[in-house]
Amino acid sequence: MPERAPLSLQVPEPEWRPGDTPDYSHVNFPPAGSVDRPPVDANPRDIRDLAYTIIRVLNREGQAVGPWAGTPTDDELLTGLRHMMTLRAFDARMLQAQRQGKTSFYMQHLGEEAISCAFRTALSPGDMNFPTYRQAGLLIAGGYPIKDMMCQVYSNEGDPLKGRQLPVMYSSRKDGFFSISGNLGTQYIQAVGWAMASAISNDTKIAAAWIGDGSTAENDFHAALVFASTYKAPVVLNIVNNQWAISTFQGIARGGSGTFASRGHGFGIPSLRVDGNDYLAVRGVASWAIERARRNLGPTLVEYVTYRVGGHSTSDDPSAYRLKTESDAWPLGDPILRLKAHLIVGGVWSEERHKQAEAEVRDTVIAAQREAEALGTLHSGGHPSARDMFEDVYATMPPHLIRQRHDAGI
Amino acid sequence: MPHMTMVQAIQNAQDIAMERDEKVVVFGEDVGYFGGVFRCTAGLQRKYGKTRCFDTPISELGIVGAAVGMAAYGLRPCVEIQFADYMYPAYDQIVSEAARLRYRSAGQFTCPLVIRMPTGGGIFGGQTHSQSPEALFTHVAGLKTVVPSNPADAKGLLIAAIEDPDPVIFLEPKRLYNGPFDGHHERPITPWKNHQLGEVAEGFYALPLGQAAIRREGAALTVLAYGTMVYVALSAAEETGIDAEVIDLRTLVPLDLDTVAASVRKTGRCVVVHEATRTSGFGAELAALVQRHCFYSLEAPVRRVTGWDTPYPHAQEWDYFPGPERVARAFREVLEAE
Repeated sequence: MPERAPLSLQVPEPEWRPGDTPDYSHVNFPPAGSVDRPPVDANPRDIRDLAYTIIRVLNREGQAVGPWAGTPTDDELLTGLRHMMTLRAFDARMLQAQRQGKTSFYMQHLGEEAISCAFRTALSPGDMNFPTYRQAGLLIAGGYPIKDMMCQVYSNEGDPLKGRQLPVMYSSRKDGFFSISGNLGTQYIQAVGWAMASAISNDTKIAAAWIGDGSTAENDFHAALVFASTYKAPVVLNIVNNQWAISTFQGIARGGSGTFASRGHGFGIPSLRVDGNDYLAVRGVASWAIERARRNLGPTLVEYVTYRVGGHSTSDDPSAYRLKTESDAWPLGDPILRLKAHLIVGGVWSEERHKQAEAEVRDTVIAAQREAEALGTLHSGGHPSARDMFEDVYATMPPHLIRQRHDAGI
Repeated sequence: MPHMTMVQAIQNAQDIAMERDEKVVVFGEDVGYFGGVFRCTAGLQRKYGKTRCFDTPISELGIVGAAVGMAAYGLRPCVEIQFADYMYPAYDQIVSEAARLRYRSAGQFTCPLVIRMPTGGGIFGGQTHSQSPEALFTHVAGLKTVVPSNPADAKGLLIAAIEDPDPVIFLEPKRLYNGPFDGHHERPITPWKNHQLGEVAEGFYALPLGQAAIRREGAALTVLAYGTMVYVALSAAEETGIDAEVIDLRTLVPLDLDTVAASVRKTGRCVVVHEATRTSGFGAELAALVQRHCFYSLEAPVRRVTGWDTPYPHAQEWDYFPGPERVARAFREVLEAE
């Protein structure tokens, strides 16, 4: 028998931990405008490099450069800025409300606002998102009332979901926002099924699937890629890589593949990687992927490179596992500040107007919060009726539930 | 009326449902061109085209997960899991998604979906082709669970399941596909063409979910059974001469408690029979309900006859299977009890 060296298990580690100094200098962030924009019907084999680069539009000077910039109007961008500011202000108030004991739980978007806010503007009425819990910008940018979102967070008597769901697990069919599960990844294959149904029905609507970097390890992700690939489903498969799955760095889910986007290659799915903190780049890539789906060219996989500045949820304290300074060192900056700088460079915005807008947004959010709280918070005021607990389990209440409701005395 | 096997009845139900409603789509492993390993979807792709009946990758999670999305869109998927034993990769999509979608979205999204799967043993399928996982579904709020025992019921119940606004688990006892089976495995197979319930009306009909059928009226005791065990119970009654009332539950959720309770109040004795393992099986639920609703009529403890709490073995299939002798023994025990 030849002598054999003992095997050893390799467990990936992030590059730095609390006590270290973050250093991104060796990471290649391609300059804005440097990545080509292929035609939407390009052969997937010819655009494999798009899965390893980062598509960027806004440069350090705040200018929009390169082929992915598109032609947004000033008004569209000012509206986009306001969407992101609203989401950030909304998060701040709800986070505070949770700390005040007005609800049980909250999850914020800090640093990731551009992705859902920009993506939403590229969709058409009737399209359906299958979101995770960190895409509330899809609702805000779609004009969904923030008061209704707050009622859901408070599980109060105005809660459209009748108090049944954890805070932030919104649902609005008419706004193209599929009910959030809370079990990770399940929505990914459902989005593919929804898109297949649209194609089966010779409809014109498309679906958008959403997942985080950590949850790409779930089986649902892989089933979704197989089905999307096999049936060329009209779906955009979005991966939001915010670097952290609670305390677990993205390398644990990514494993040996270079990027999350490159997972699409094995399925023959065109796969792109984009600066998720760049409102214009997100908008440009979303439009490209959505056009592919709309033209029946099949699925597109998009990885948004971003950073989760806040904790995973209100139940999480990131200082236990990552550097407090890591987000400051994050090279892709803040999505709101970057779009703001671009608008100032373009002469349509100023520091003063931004300050004024911040005050307006805050007032709007506070007014909505006042209205929502008039309908109750989790532990006080109005709340959904106990009878609601037994409704909607089935379309028609079966005898055993009628008996149980009777037993409950409600 | 024409005779059909259970396979033909199930195929016919899907054919009629697809004909009536273009929103009905059928898919699963080997379901399309070939028509299913048990032939339950034979000819549907040829008749309705590849976009309404198609083959899928081998991914039960993918089949059910995609079907949930399709149902949310507004289609009515009727999907096949090749064996109930293969269902587990899809379980999260069934339990956390299909079953709860209406509830968690307050009715904005619904999931009219049928998941068909062959269940039960008696075909030398070993531990991965013989299981009866019905209790894993009856335990889940938001699901309906149906187990037909004959071609006429299978057709009417499947059409009702496809038309139902909620997700339905449709368990097909595979040992009944080609004929009733009473547990006497050494005897020749009786084909459905020799059985009254093999007569299947042509065209559309639906049987309401939640209604049991009394297969044999009797005064001595009540047997609660479903699927293959209906015939085992009938055989035990025949062979012992005990005047058992045999109830075929047909739907486990929602359960026809009225029929069950009326019968037990009449006979005062109850035997529950299923092929699945015993502990936390659906029989436990039945026994608890009978105890709760018929306590003052009971002359004897409720007795369960079930598969053993072991995996379903291969060579020892007939030692595992709760055949007519084990059922007969239970009959005598509940009759002898004071």
